[in-house]
Amino acid sequence: MKDTVEPYVTADGRTIGNILMDMRNITLRFGGVEAIKNISFDIREGEIRAIIGPNGAGKSSMLNVISGFYNPQEGEVWFRGEKRPPMKPFQVARQGIARTFQNIALFEGMSVLDNVMTGRLTHMKTGLLAQAVWYGRAAKEETQNREVVERIIDFLEIQAIRKTPVGRLPYGLKKRVELARALAAEPKLLLLDEPMAGMNVEEKEDMSRFILDVNDEFGTTIALIEHDMGVVMDISDRVVVMDYGRKIGDGTPDEVRNNQEVIDAYLGVAHD
Amino acid sequence: MFYREAGDFKTSYEADSQTFPIAFDRWRYWAILAVAYLVIPFVINDYWASALLVPFLIYAIASIGLNILVGYCGQVSLGTGGFMAVGAYACYKLMTSFPDVSIVVHVLLAGGITAMVGTAFGLPSLRIKGFYLAVATLAAQFFLVWLFNKVAWFYNYSASGQINAPERFVFGVPVTGANTSAPAQYLVCLVFLTFCALLARNLTRGTVGRSWMAIRDMDIAAEIIGVNPLKAKLTAFAVSSFFIGIAGALFFSVYLGAVEVGEAFGIQKSFLVLFMVIIGGLGSIFGSFAGAAFLVILPVALKVVGVDLLGWPTDLVAHLQLVIVGGLIMFFLIKEPHGLAQLWRLAKEKLRLWPFPY
Repeated sequence: MKDTVEPYVTADGRTIGNILMDMRNITLRFGGVEAIKNISFDIREGEIRAIIGPNGAGKSSMLNVISGFYNPQEGEVWFRGEKRPPMKPFQVARQGIARTFQNIALFEGMSVLDNVMTGRLTHMKTGLLAQAVWYGRAAKEETQNREVVERIIDFLEIQAIRKTPVGRLPYGLKKRVELARALAAEPKLLLLDEPMAGMNVEEKEDMSRFILDVNDEFGTTIALIEHDMGVVMDISDRVVVMDYGRKIGDGTPDEVRNNQEVIDAYLGVAHD
Repeated sequence: MFYREAGDFKTSYEADSQTFPIAFDRWRYWAILAVAYLVIPFVINDYWASALLVPFLIYAIASIGLNILVGYCGQVSLGTGGFMAVGAYACYKLMTSFPDVSIVVHVLLAGGITAMVGTAFGLPSLRIKGFYLAVATLAAQFFLVWLFNKVAWFYNYSASGQINAPERFVFGVPVTGANTSAPAQYLVCLVFLTFCALLARNLTRGTVGRSWMAIRDMDIAAEIIGVNPLKAKLTAFAVSSFFIGIAGALFFSVYLGAVEVGEAFGIQKSFLVLFMVIIGGLGSIFGSFAGAAFLVILPVALKVVGVDLLGWPTDLVAHLQLVIVGGLIMFFLIKEPHGLAQLWRLAKEKLRLWPFPY
């Protein structure tokens, strides 16, 4: 596998840089079931990388491997040029990987602001004692991080619901708050697990715009799983296609669209 | 009418995240503090101190402690009585071993020792949740009470198996022992309660509090955004036990003066404090105060109304109390899991607009 690649500039003027995350020959088993079979792919700095495939193809498992929920039995995960040892999810978070969930996983008992503030946890360093005293270091750190959070709240247009408990919000807004929480961590790599599931057309358009804006303004690398083919083909730079735990296609949206194996997986093949 | 938010604009993030964002609340808070420190000590008598105020102050400290664990971090504990006993016995051993050191230092150290013990008993929480954790802490309760009965070193080999608080002074005024005056008892407990409440408030509004609540609401998502579950749960156990240990130390040294562990710190005490937290409101500092006040006042109020006014037999009133508390627990668990604190919050939301709701 190549370690360095030439940066290039996309048609819309974004620069795609070096390899940020490199998955090498990943195999993940649950007992006798092979959820992921010997898959390799890379994610490059600044790109929007989509993982698609029919239900049960192993897409979410792949995301869980990246975010540290599962440790693969075989294969290596390379992040920012270094091989990553088996890690707990909170250690992965500290490396600069944030994610959202397919089924929203917000903290229902807390306000929107507090939810997004939890996203800053990896950047907040004051200890228990300084927190207990509060005045001084802890208060200062709180204010500094609040400023970052307010920029993100502004960016995602959720100012009006800042103090609302998350439990009271409708579905579409919850998805947006979850994105805000992940963004608050200022991640190097942002993983989105079906960011548009269950949304209507307008909400999908909004979400697509936010994803593109995040990528454009913050330069965040994004890997996403999505079922809406129109959205995937429109916003992603490169696409990995999975089926039954195998990788059956990898390339630009156009290449993938014309790949016979991909077409077979999605439309089925005649058995004669 | 009484409760105005209009015109109360925040111009900085500090102002926005202060404890009482509404000016009226702030004034009331200072008023209550002023009454508590400047008025009550001069009018208090022995009956009020020993029946209501001192137990309220001490139970409020214990409730804040338990609320941090159960209400903020979501880890159920039935070991409160046992941890209060640790605080009491630690305080006793320190008082008798180092008679020259101030009692205030001893109470704080007792809290520290309880924090260590609590952290050790919190270790199972990393593996087990919910009911199973409750049973594990129940084991702590029974083990600790057994330990303090069994090992004579803890009660300095006294014949009765009791521990008795020797007389100690703060600024030349006796605060433990037989000669303690009601105002002295009250003020010592009040100072500790103020200290604990401020500490709890500071911890719950910042990063630490948010990681506790994140673990409570959804532990998987908490881990994915960088909360170390081990650290969050163990700090919750430590901080919670610190407060409960202080409460236990005060309960023994300042309030009761002489303690037999099974009687004073049995399983009933664990449930009493848990009920205070549930009735008062899980995940709310104010709720800890409300719950403690409610369950301290209830038996006294029932006695005044039932025995003194209506002339009912004493045992009937005592049983009635059990029925009422049981009924209330069920009511709050089903109808209002956030307890009195939530009722208070709703009342405030209504009052913001009252009497012109449109």
